[in-house]
Amino acid sequence: MSGQSDPRGSTFSAAELEFLAEDETIEIVPNLRMERLSLICGDFGPFRPQIATQVPIWLAVALKKRGKCTIRPPDWMSVEKLTQVLEAERDSASSFEALPFHYVEISRLLFDDARDDIPDVYMVRSLIEDIKDVRFHKIGTGLEKLSSRTYAMKLNLSAMEVNVIRPFVTGGLETFYKLGNPELIQESERPEHRRPQPADRGPRRELRR
Amino acid sequence: MESGSDKGTGGFSAMDEYETLISTTDADLLKRSWRNEKAAPEILQFESSLVQRSREQIQLMEETVGEFMQNGEDPLTVSLYQMDIDRTVFLLRSYLRTRLQKIEKFMFHIQKTAGLWSRLSRQEQKFAKRSIEDMKKHLEQSVLSKLPDRYKSHLKQSVISEEDDMVTEPKLDSFVICRSRKFLGGLPVDDSGEENPLDMYAGDIYALRYKSIKPLIESGQLDLV
Repeated sequence: MSGQSDPRGSTFSAAELEFLAEDETIEIVPNLRMERLSLICGDFGPFRPQIATQVPIWLAVALKKRGKCTIRPPDWMSVEKLTQVLEAERDSASSFEALPFHYVEISRLLFDDARDDIPDVYMVRSLIEDIKDVRFHKIGTGLEKLSSRTYAMKLNLSAMEVNVIRPFVTGGLETFYKLGNPELIQESERPEHRRPQPADRGPRRELRR
Repeated sequence: MESGSDKGTGGFSAMDEYETLISTTDADLLKRSWRNEKAAPEILQFESSLVQRSREQIQLMEETVGEFMQNGEDPLTVSLYQMDIDRTVFLLRSYLRTRLQKIEKFMFHIQKTAGLWSRLSRQEQKFAKRSIEDMKKHLEQSVLSKLPDRYKSHLKQSVISEEDDMVTEPKLDSFVICRSRKFLGGLPVDDSGEENPLDMYAGDIYALRYKSIKPLIESGQLDLV
């Protein structure tokens, strides 16, 4: 039965998550003069040299690639803040620090295209890697608590973390739900006069009359 | 809407927050519908007016870009507008394609369930009808016509089946991951008889059974992520 389900069916791909993260806004300092942009996703600008403005990340990266702006990394992406976060993550065995929903994707995007705008980029990068590792370790430990009593599981995690554990969590909860649900089991055991068989393919028995 | 005169520091940011809460753009709505559609096990209501509006916006923008090019507008500006169009087109396409995949997968189930059939757009219904005919014909020609009489249905295993047991149905018992927009108190997530309601605060993410939260997704209080 488990072989039939499609565990990847509803998952987002990494590229799709990055796409979503690109809509988050970020501050840039343009070095060009450009009129206001009235885009489908909102109005941005006008752009004046040295005057900071908020734009979606995809727009920031597009300008950055052409050398038309510098990107101001978000507050949480400083060595100081990240060190605090990492310490707090290590101190607590079960709770997670508040980070932006798309922190993994945003930091990836900025590391790829705006390295020179991030102070202490190597340090920042390794701190984010460490935070990711610590969190994943905790997530793994947390998943051991999953049981047949679990009807709701709190996952206040980031988009990428949620996406990575999705197949396992939803699959596991589903299996527990099925096992813990009397009606679903009764249904496959109802025909008592038949010899016990692998109980997973109820309807197929009809063929064997 | 008195925000123009209200430049006080504290009041202004509260106002700003309120504005972002109420003013949701079509781009945001489309993104939300796309996410929900991708993550829900069954097909959701077709967002016909949203799709219509998005189409018109895309068309309008394409015309604008055409004019820009003719007027010799700065190529950078043009390319930024083009990127914005491309992103919206991608979302719209992926949304429609996700729905087509679900229709292909559950076509017989959708056809016989009136509540689901009415969720499809007219074009989708046309597509579903044709897929159903083709699939039926294919099954009959390749297998069913060669089987004994009692096994000839493409919906049932044999004539003695009471239900249509060869029809793929979406698993509404499956778990989905969702995020709440605002505080939701006393959600009945546990139908085992034990009273165990769940309180969800804004921004909380939970893995829950799709069936138990279905109405909240349809009313837009919960988002699938």
